[in-house]
Amino acid sequence: MKTESALEKILAAGHLAVTSECGPPRGAVPEKVRKKAEMLKDVVDAVNVTDNQTAMVRMSSFAACVILKQMGLHPILQMVTRDRNRLAMQSEILGAYSHGINTMLCLSGDHPHFGDHPMAANVYDLDSIQLIQTVHKMRAEGKFQGGEDIENPPKMFIGAAANPFADPFELRVRRLAKKVKAGVDFIQTQCIYNIDKFEKWMEGVRERGLHEKVHILAGVTPMKSAGMARYMKNKVPGMDVPEEIVQRMSAVPKEKQAEEGIRICVETMGRLKEVKGVRGFHIMAIEWEQKVPELVERAGLLPRPKV
Amino acid sequence: MITAIRKPMEEIIASVDSYSRILLVGCNECVTVCGAGGRKEVGILSSALQMAFMKSGRTLDIREITLERQCDPEYVEELLPHIDQADVVLSMACGCGVQEVARRYKAKPVLPAVNTQFMGASERQGVWAERCQGCGDCLLGLTGGICPVARCSKRLLNGPCGGSTAGKCEISPDVDCAWQLIWDRLKELGMEDRYEDIISAKDWRTSRDGGPRKIIREDLM
Repeated sequence: MKTESALEKILAAGHLAVTSECGPPRGAVPEKVRKKAEMLKDVVDAVNVTDNQTAMVRMSSFAACVILKQMGLHPILQMVTRDRNRLAMQSEILGAYSHGINTMLCLSGDHPHFGDHPMAANVYDLDSIQLIQTVHKMRAEGKFQGGEDIENPPKMFIGAAANPFADPFELRVRRLAKKVKAGVDFIQTQCIYNIDKFEKWMEGVRERGLHEKVHILAGVTPMKSAGMARYMKNKVPGMDVPEEIVQRMSAVPKEKQAEEGIRICVETMGRLKEVKGVRGFHIMAIEWEQKVPELVERAGLLPRPKV
Repeated sequence: MITAIRKPMEEIIASVDSYSRILLVGCNECVTVCGAGGRKEVGILSSALQMAFMKSGRTLDIREITLERQCDPEYVEELLPHIDQADVVLSMACGCGVQEVARRYKAKPVLPAVNTQFMGASERQGVWAERCQGCGDCLLGLTGGICPVARCSKRLLNGPCGGSTAGKCEISPDVDCAWQLIWDRLKELGMEDRYEDIISAKDWRTSRDGGPRKIIREDLM
């Protein structure tokens, strides 16, 4: 074992891992974090806590991670390189690890253009791959990015994202290979709706043996309505929602669309379980955390193993 | 070259409102090429200011001079015979020119009439695009001759991010994805494998982050 991470233990034991997501509130309201955490407790192995997602100011990932940790959940600290330079990011890693947070996800983050502070400076001192290298160096060499020794180096289980649906497609396996080279331990993918394309990407991943070097968790997001399906298809960059999915959602009456979305998500997980190299699921039920227990149950992934 | 665009007329008028004698100074270099502050634009701005003052029943004494290079002390010296006849200098050069005039004529207020934009190249007639951020440690040899620092919206040295769609950046369909361009060019050069070399964290000391920069060439002194 490289770390004390519960997620690493689950994966090392060969179980299909299940992670989910908790978006911190846009205010100093810890009870909202607790409420979301309550819904996820015991139904997933670890919970990603997003870092100013969609470039909107929210409670910091680190602070919300501490709340989850106090409740006995295993938080995954998300860290985007958009808002802070390498000093701030490394100091936060030291702080998080000092509070028992041992799993993190390295991201570049959405451009400020999309958020509520489009006028903000765009830091990008590091990119996501360089952040992976930094966290890996802290763990493997016990050194800061700048080269100095760390007293009690943090041992983070290192995650990153992969989007098989962004362009150019031919680079998507190669980019994963770069993240593996940088030292990533696990990957959570973009939400998968186009399963054929995901399978094609996984084929490329397996051809290079990358599935044996990194744990790939397939990302899924249940859709609440046909409107949401259409929005994700047309408006969200790097998202691939096939027209059949939009049609299927539109074909059922409005009050039954949420159930249809859940059904599609459960079917997707069923199919993805069969894809060689998929080591688990990352369920991003955006502001719909109460549906996660049902999704995990219906996908046949309960009870969660104890490690 | 350095590109610029003229400030909105209302802003320029408001900035010179309390003066009646203006020395309007253009530059014959970059701002001439990008049509922001050369001899022609100096003439146009001069007429516009005179009209604006006339409209409000005031007279304006405005002199027009376009220097060969406003960022060069040798040429900035040419303003000397005119400087005392003006209450203010209105400069149509880039920020470098404005500052050079301010440095030479310490007692005279100098106002900018253009917004300096970026170091760029002309894509076609009338279109300029950013190409270089002057990071001080050129990476173009690694990235197929396309700069990710200047041209990727997130300046990712190991892109593309998950927002690249059909060759365009996630921030706008009008912005090319720099990493798509880099990849296309690497393919053209038969250097696909170079993509997988990780470009490590950049040392930004050679860029603005290391403090204001200076070049000293003793051989040219």
